[in-house]
Amino acid sequence: MSAPVGAAAVDPGAGAARRPGRGRWRAWTRPGVVASLLVLAVIGGWALAPGLFTGRDPIAGVPGEQLLPPGPAHPFGTDALGRDLFARVVHGTAVSLQAAAIALAIALVVGVGLGVLAGWFGGWFEAVVMRVVDVTLSVPGVLLSLLVIAAIGFGVVQVAVAVGVAGFASFARLARAEVLRVRTAPYVEAALLCGSGTGRILLRYVLPAVAAPLLALAALDFGLVVLAVSALSFLGYGQPPPAPEWGALVAAGRDHLATAWWLTTLPGLALTALVLATNRLSRLLDAEGRTR
Amino acid sequence: MTAGAGVARYVAGRVGRTVLVVWAAFTVTFLVLRLLPGDPVALYLKGTNGYGEVTDADVAAARAALGFDRPWPAQYVTTLFDALRGDLGESIRTRQPVAEMIVGALPPTLQVGALGLLLSLLGGLALGVAANLASSPAARQLLRSLPALAISVPTFWLGLVLIQVFALQLRLVPSLGGSGFSSVILPAVTLAVPGAALVAQVLGKSLHDTLREPWAETVRATGAGTARLVLGRGLRNAAIPAVTVSGLLVGGMIGGAVVVETVFARPGMGRITQSAVAAQDLPVVQGVVVVAATVFALVTLAVDLLYPVLDPRIRSTGRLVPG
Amino acid sequence: MSAPRVEEVPRAPAGDGGPGEPGLSVEGLEVTYAGVAGGSVALSGVGLRAAPGRITAVVGESGSGKSTLAHAVIGLLPGSGRITAGGVRLGGTELTGLDRRGWRRVRGARIGLVPQDPGVALDPLTPVGRQVADVLRIHERTGRREARDRAVEALAGVGLPDPAVRARQYPHELSGGMRQRVLIAIATVARPELVVADEPTSALDVTVARRILDLLRAVADAGTAVLLVTHDLGVVADRADDVVVLAGGRAVESGPAPTVLTAGSAPATRRLLTAAPALRPPERRDPAGDGGAPDTPGPIVRVRDLRVSFPDRGGGRTGTRRTAVDGVSFTVARGRTLGLVGESGSGKTTIARTLLGLQAPDSGSLDVDGHDPAGPDRAGLRRLHRRVQLVAQNPYSAMHPGFTVAEIVGEPLRNAGVRDRRERAETVASLLDGVALPAGTAARRASELSGGQRQRVAIARALAVGPDLLVCDEPVSALDVGVQAQILDLLVDLQRERGLSYLFITHDLGVVRHVSDDVAVLRGGRIVESGPTTRVLTDPRTPYTRELLDAVPGLRRLTPPLEEDHPWTSV
Repeated sequence: MSAPVGAAAVDPGAGAARRPGRGRWRAWTRPGVVASLLVLAVIGGWALAPGLFTGRDPIAGVPGEQLLPPGPAHPFGTDALGRDLFARVVHGTAVSLQAAAIALAIALVVGVGLGVLAGWFGGWFEAVVMRVVDVTLSVPGVLLSLLVIAAIGFGVVQVAVAVGVAGFASFARLARAEVLRVRTAPYVEAALLCGSGTGRILLRYVLPAVAAPLLALAALDFGLVVLAVSALSFLGYGQPPPAPEWGALVAAGRDHLATAWWLTTLPGLALTALVLATNRLSRLLDAEGRTR
Repeated sequence: MTAGAGVARYVAGRVGRTVLVVWAAFTVTFLVLRLLPGDPVALYLKGTNGYGEVTDADVAAARAALGFDRPWPAQYVTTLFDALRGDLGESIRTRQPVAEMIVGALPPTLQVGALGLLLSLLGGLALGVAANLASSPAARQLLRSLPALAISVPTFWLGLVLIQVFALQLRLVPSLGGSGFSSVILPAVTLAVPGAALVAQVLGKSLHDTLREPWAETVRATGAGTARLVLGRGLRNAAIPAVTVSGLLVGGMIGGAVVVETVFARPGMGRITQSAVAAQDLPVVQGVVVVAATVFALVTLAVDLLYPVLDPRIRSTGRLVPG
Repeated sequence: MSAPRVEEVPRAPAGDGGPGEPGLSVEGLEVTYAGVAGGSVALSGVGLRAAPGRITAVVGESGSGKSTLAHAVIGLLPGSGRITAGGVRLGGTELTGLDRRGWRRVRGARIGLVPQDPGVALDPLTPVGRQVADVLRIHERTGRREARDRAVEALAGVGLPDPAVRARQYPHELSGGMRQRVLIAIATVARPELVVADEPTSALDVTVARRILDLLRAVADAGTAVLLVTHDLGVVADRADDVVVLAGGRAVESGPAPTVLTAGSAPATRRLLTAAPALRPPERRDPAGDGGAPDTPGPIVRVRDLRVSFPDRGGGRTGTRRTAVDGVSFTVARGRTLGLVGESGSGKTTIARTLLGLQAPDSGSLDVDGHDPAGPDRAGLRRLHRRVQLVAQNPYSAMHPGFTVAEIVGEPLRNAGVRDRRERAETVASLLDGVALPAGTAARRASELSGGQRQRVAIARALAVGPDLLVCDEPVSALDVGVQAQILDLLVDLQRERGLSYLFITHDLGVVRHVSDDVAVLRGGRIVESGPTTRVLTDPRTPYTRELLDAVPGLRRLTPPLEEDHPWTSV
């Protein structure tokens, strides 16, 4: 990546310069990480092109094939209407992921916007924003989401908005803290001494320094957002039937808990695998970001 | 001498903050529910009264009965003072006082919540300490990755899987509903798993960092063994982040109750919330959120008041970050 | 200052040789850190003796293995470190190969450790008395009450005033010097045969450091063997009996302290000797100052009655303020250097930031080459920064690690209107040449450079706009000693070549002597003494300056000629 230290033997301490070496990619070959990447690749495939993974119809049931246990014909079994559960899980992926992405985008954009402005401008604006953040953080997230849903109604987008609103506060807090840290950093003051203007300082020095930890937090939050969205779907506030969505699939399976274990277990397993994989990878990204 | 003043200032600040947060939660809830488009009363009446025609007069009468016809600042003042007296209004759907509904629903939720909290703390403590004391690296690695796994499991799914295994297959406990202690076990365990994982993660990391601080080497250099270092000094030093998280757990329990009570078909605060949201019964939703925010704020206050007991630096400066 | 309880121990003879003799003997010690490529050897074939009643100093630059040696002796090698050959014997006991339980019986009871930074080396949540008493409870099955009493006794023994009161206090309630005394009490309370002190004074102010060294001397005089690890030959000069110089993991020179310090011949020893600023020969600078200053009217900096305060963080909204600079006046003459000397908290950095317009003063008049840094407008500040630039203390945080040197040094040029890439590159190249960096450095990222190289880049950046005044805020204190001297030489050369004026901020009188024409001594936000460097250093007129001077390690023993009252008369 970088030139060897060779030429400049000015200081005896020159060897202290640290370079990220070939070990950089080692972490990506660990079994847990490889498995996580595979899980994400498969689930990503389900979301983008469900037709490639299953030929069966997720909405229309086949009479006479009700409540079949998992087998060669139906890898995840069938539900009470004779619909193939695997097809429903595969076709539900896109909705579940979209909702999570919308929620995260709302939290990120609103939170970072408010936080950066509060940190940079200070004064009454900062005071108001940070009080709002404090209050938001002092109400349990699920209740906040339920409050928003009660106000704006049901549906996948509504659920996503509710989860996003409940999540913006932690981004706002981190963004402000980061801006405050960077504002007085010696290299930002050095840029000021060099005559750089405010816009240039923000663009070239502050923004890159603030972005990394926020993206790391977003990655860490993704799993939580997926869980929150699916929990609200499970409670029945999301997609109306018969469209498939993972949380709603688990909820529907409750009626046959005693007779058809697969209806709850397998969609939940897919959900767990997704969250586990994103958590594993985001922790790796976070750790890499820290060592850089 | 300064220590007393520091503590007084600290306590006063925290109590003031708690009051402020509860008031703000009330206000935000009020604003969200009253100022958003849509008329909850009309919405509700039209939704339920599918057969007969709902006339504007019916809606107006219902609005007047609930006090929704007055301008919102007046409504705000009235509801605020009513809330201070313990009157949280009445349900649009059942016309039952909200405060009464909540008081009636608290005991079953508290049973599950208290047991869940206890299991979270004990499990988290045990796992967090074990992950640092285990002598083989493989065991440490396993103990460290367990919480990450547990946090990734959706609570509602975990509850259903537990029912299948322990109630339907092994028949150790009743599956749904039921009463008595045995019916509390599965819901409490379901509630406790993510909490325990969180405590274990935070305590484990905090302890790990603590044992690598320079003063820990000073202690090792006096001939203290690892067990003495961890139990005598380390846990106390590692406690603050874990205590903070334990406060957050209570928030998680309140939210988790909605899911767990739905999964296990138990009565309680969570069920009331779930059905109130489903029916858009706004006074009930508002009441539940305000009560939950108050409980959470009081727990946070208790945790804040615990810090000076744990850390003498906060006792003397009244500040959380020593400087 | 004496340690009454410790003195009961009979003074051991300074023996020489023999396997069962008291004290520490290290022979052929090799320490390896396991790593990707078969491990790296941190120490090889190191041998030394630390006899009872004597201070044996282990001196070396960073990376020389001295810290590894200290940790090997007490059996606390970090991470993958292992002793792969040789032996460590203490009073006839072989320590290498002890199991965990065996080590626990040795540590604390037979070897005490005085760690580096007293600010972080004490458990913040346990009263200091208990931290001392715990040592006794581990090793002697002492009862709680007796341990407490003996801890108070030990605290009295290390010169802590009101030991019974202090014992109940927490570390944050004690000053840095007191904490280091507590740590010495922890190390000595169980009467060990050996005390290992790992850079015990590097985190302390000079005056405090001196008293801590006196205390270690007293510990040794009471019959304990003291192994003093340090990077500073100045520290060694005054207190050590024997010196071992480490370089590259080997002991390159050893012997009685006076011999090594005056006749040391190994290259590493020479480097350490010339590096410690206090030990360098008195300056080549002459008081008349032919520094190339043209006969320009008036000083470049004129500060009158400057006051700066900060809101007190504990005070909340009530608005109590902490005064950092309290009525300071000084001038910096053109082409000359004013050294601003003070310990931490004296307000010296605040003065620098005020001059650069980074900190608003409460009151006072400031004139920097015709500009007022306290003036509110942004354009005025930009004009000011063409004339005045900063060389900051920490070269690591003062530049974005991901930017290339060309970008960093080119930034001020770009902002000054040099838009043409090639023209910028040429200027950058000549600036780098001016600070003795090879031209290839321009393409490298800041993160790939060493501390000394980064500080050179910072100087090049500061010089890019052609300023007349450089504010140097502790420009060498974050660097290795060897590099310190190089950077100081560079600054002196640049001043001569370019006729620069310096405001040179430092805590180190040794550094001041090297670079300054005039000195102002700051204490608690006020100037307590000022004047030409030679006058202030030879004939200090306030007790505080005298104390600072006395505290500079090595000055007393090494500055020839040694005279009783006026060691500086010959300068």
